[in-house]
Amino acid sequence: MDFGEGVLREVNVTLVSAKVGDYVLVHAGYAIQVLDEKEAKETIQLWNEILEAETPKN
Amino acid sequence: MTEKLRFRDPDLAKRVAEKIHDVAPKEGVVKICHVCGTHEWTITHFGIRSLLPANVEVIAGPGCPVCIVPASEIDEAVQLALKGVTVTCFGDVLRVPGSKMSLLDAKAEGTDVRVVYSVSDAVRLAAKEPNREFAFFAVGFETTAPSTAVEIQGKPPKNLSFLVSHRIIPPAMKLLAEMEDLNLNGFIAPGHVSTIIGLKSYEIFPQKYGMPTVVAGFEPLDVLFGIYMILKQLSEGNPRLENEYKRAVSWEGNTKAQELMQKVFSVVDGNWRGLGTISSSKYVLNAEHAVYDAHLKHDVKVEHGADIQHGCKCHLVIIGKIKPTQCPLFLKACTPQKPVGACMVSVEGTCRIWAREAAAESAS
Repeated sequence: MDFGEGVLREVNVTLVSAKVGDYVLVHAGYAIQVLDEKEAKETIQLWNEILEAETPKN
Repeated sequence: MTEKLRFRDPDLAKRVAEKIHDVAPKEGVVKICHVCGTHEWTITHFGIRSLLPANVEVIAGPGCPVCIVPASEIDEAVQLALKGVTVTCFGDVLRVPGSKMSLLDAKAEGTDVRVVYSVSDAVRLAAKEPNREFAFFAVGFETTAPSTAVEIQGKPPKNLSFLVSHRIIPPAMKLLAEMEDLNLNGFIAPGHVSTIIGLKSYEIFPQKYGMPTVVAGFEPLDVLFGIYMILKQLSEGNPRLENEYKRAVSWEGNTKAQELMQKVFSVVDGNWRGLGTISSSKYVLNAEHAVYDAHLKHDVKVEHGADIQHGCKCHLVIIGKIKPTQCPLFLKACTPQKPVGACMVSVEGTCRIWAREAAAESAS
């Protein structure tokens, strides 16, 4: 598992169905969830929508 | 990397803060509670409280898995070490005070206590020395409990047993929601616990307690949007369950992890340091896996421990009733170097997080 910036460590993937290239959330040496890139992008889009949709009241 | 920066975009943060000011009530106090040490770190480190209106308070609930381990369970781990069993544990458990001593004190007495990064390391250490008895001190919420379940299900070496102290978060949130004098108005539900237990586990909070509940991630913008979503629900008078952390949390959660935990653990009432007994809030090994139970294997059992040392206010900090700075011991008798209370020990403890930020502020 590559933690980014060259940090490599063995991680147990029993709890997830991850394939090479996936981003995973790691807690105490175990991957606990595969991160959804599409949802991550949608979150940022949703934020922008919230900020743009409503104009300040005053 | 670009995405990471966008999750911390200061301009976006300013705009959300403006929205928060727009939607927040002009009168009365709103109290939002989170139950995660990492949320407290984000909030404190990025100065999120300073961006909020004066009448919007974000308080830290019992979100540090190490702080809530009662002294009796630390005493059990210490007893195991004193009996000659090698105790393996996470680093932040080492200095948590027991009734008389911490695991670090026990180590100083010459017992064999070793810090591991994960339960799989505990398994590896035990396998390497088959003639020595090992016990793994398994603390943590639903985020950590599945890893213990994986190893127990995987038939660990015979010389390894487990002191299981895992706790379950939603029952503690129920306790907070029912505390009348706490007057909470909303919950930021913990992101990593939720990856395991799923959004569905929080349905009861808007339904039964009328409490807006938002699962949020750990970037500063995640937390700010979580706060905004709660305030928006309050302004609409429509408390509901919302998911801000969709990139990691689903409705069902991690079903593989849930199934494994079900196979290995039973749920019992559990004592939480500073909170007392909370019904159905603790995992213990079930009958089928009792052979791995360190209590039975090494005959250790401590019913009552001294949870709160004289003068310590951890029991009030842990439910957000007082801020760490309101405790007379904070950064006086109780410091990260010499903690009196459990909240000052772990990097996820509210007092420890506040102490670190106070040190950073005075250094700058």
